[in-house]
Amino acid sequence: MGWVGWIGNRTLKGIGECGRVSELLLDTVRWTLRRPVRFHLFVQQCLHVGVYSIPVVLITGAFTGMVLALQTASAFRLFGAESLVASVVSLSMARELGPVLTGLMVAGRVGSAMAAELGTMRVTEQIDALHTLATNPVQYLVVPRVWAGMIMLPCLVIFSDIIGIFGGRVVAVGVLGTSPATYFKRSVQYLDAADVGLGLLKAALFGLTLALVGCYQGYTVRGGAREVGFAVNRAVVVSIALILVLNYLVTAFFF
Amino acid sequence: MTTEQQSPENESALITVRDLWTRFDEFWIHREITFEVRPGESLVIIGGSGSGKSTLLRAMIGLLRPERGDVVVGGLDVMRSSEPALYELMRRVGVLFQFGALFDSLAVWENVTFGLQDRKLSDAERRRVASEKLKMVGLRGVEDLLPGQLSGGMKKRVALARAIAHDPEILFCDEPTSGLDPVMSDLISELILQMNERLGVTTVTITHDIATAYKIGDRIAMLYDGTILVCDTPDGIRATQDPIVRQFIEGRAHGPIRGEVAEETSTPGPGGRAG
Repeated sequence: MGWVGWIGNRTLKGIGECGRVSELLLDTVRWTLRRPVRFHLFVQQCLHVGVYSIPVVLITGAFTGMVLALQTASAFRLFGAESLVASVVSLSMARELGPVLTGLMVAGRVGSAMAAELGTMRVTEQIDALHTLATNPVQYLVVPRVWAGMIMLPCLVIFSDIIGIFGGRVVAVGVLGTSPATYFKRSVQYLDAADVGLGLLKAALFGLTLALVGCYQGYTVRGGAREVGFAVNRAVVVSIALILVLNYLVTAFFF
Repeated sequence: MTTEQQSPENESALITVRDLWTRFDEFWIHREITFEVRPGESLVIIGGSGSGKSTLLRAMIGLLRPERGDVVVGGLDVMRSSEPALYELMRRVGVLFQFGALFDSLAVWENVTFGLQDRKLSDAERRRVASEKLKMVGLRGVEDLLPGQLSGGMKKRVALARAIAHDPEILFCDEPTSGLDPVMSDLISELILQMNERLGVTTVTITHDIATAYKIGDRIAMLYDGTILVCDTPDGIRATQDPIVRQFIEGRAHGPIRGEVAEETSTPGPGGRAG
């Protein structure tokens, strides 16, 4: 049967792919612990992953907070509970929307760039050249990117959370007429460290995922320009899908 | 490393390839390849496009693991060695890639001295070494340019400077003259020859350019149909009666070497290509 074979084939390919990504992750851990430590490469990647992503993260966070305030206000008004808008905004931003939206934006911005850069390096033999210059390509290319992803994403999420809550405040105070003092009080009233911690844990996981997937797709390119394009495409689609799946799994685990 | 990785036999040979078989999926690229390179020798491997020359070079520097056989370079069993041992070998080896493979995010001087990073040199010292090596390949004042700003010939020369920057014992060159004009080709060949003759570097050069092969080879091996067809001195190759080698060195379209042209029976016209 053709379609049974097709499903079997795809499944085997998928399992093989998971195996190879895990192998790259193990290699990354192994080569992190070995000398030499190239701290400047890590700093460089932190700039790309973190600092240069700040504008897009701020815009996403601000408008998400604002629309959340508007949408919840229209529902809460029915029960006369407008003052709880602030709590909904802060909880949603910290637990879900901050990490997920930041993860998605950075996957699109940085994961794709990693796949394109490593893929081009692969097809132009630059990765082979690293090997011949006694440099492990995983240590030189993948290790700094994965660590930058894992450390910078939580930092970005802190920005996103704060600007999201601030965006909600702009709408609540400006449009809905809540007093600034009430908004602030309600924002922090139901928000505890565990909520923020969960969001940051998710962010670190998403950062690891998008950097690892981006690097893997680029690192394993075979062929030329067309295949680099496919790799970038896969890097974005796979890491976004994985972020959403992992988000559910982590949430369910701590529920 | 451990003693089992050393090769006690063939002590005179610096590179030994024995009974090497490589395949891609179902297709055998190398079948029973055996040859040796002695210290200080210059071996040129010639062969048509797609004959597996570059793959053979990749097997010699540990970038790919053949199906079976032995590859011993500088006393190290390349196919079975650990990664650190392979990197230790790489410090004694220089590789010139076909398209240069320069790191395009690094300036020329950083490219040239990339292999010296573990020597704890200051930037000023690294720049000095870079300038010195660049001068050896006839380049000046390009230290701070990026590879994207260089011409094809300059890229190849920078790549050669990078390959020799750590004073390697063995130099592997993959198509060093392809895509260059005749003068530049000759210049690159000259540089490789100098490395071999003046500095005693053992060189293995992959090329399909027969002029380059004659110029720099102490011995020339021809790779055809997955095996080494002949391995002889340039004079021996010139005088050979083997019809395949003759066709290759004379560059004729017709002969025993299977061509792609004859198999295309119907060529679509200009109108037919549009769809």
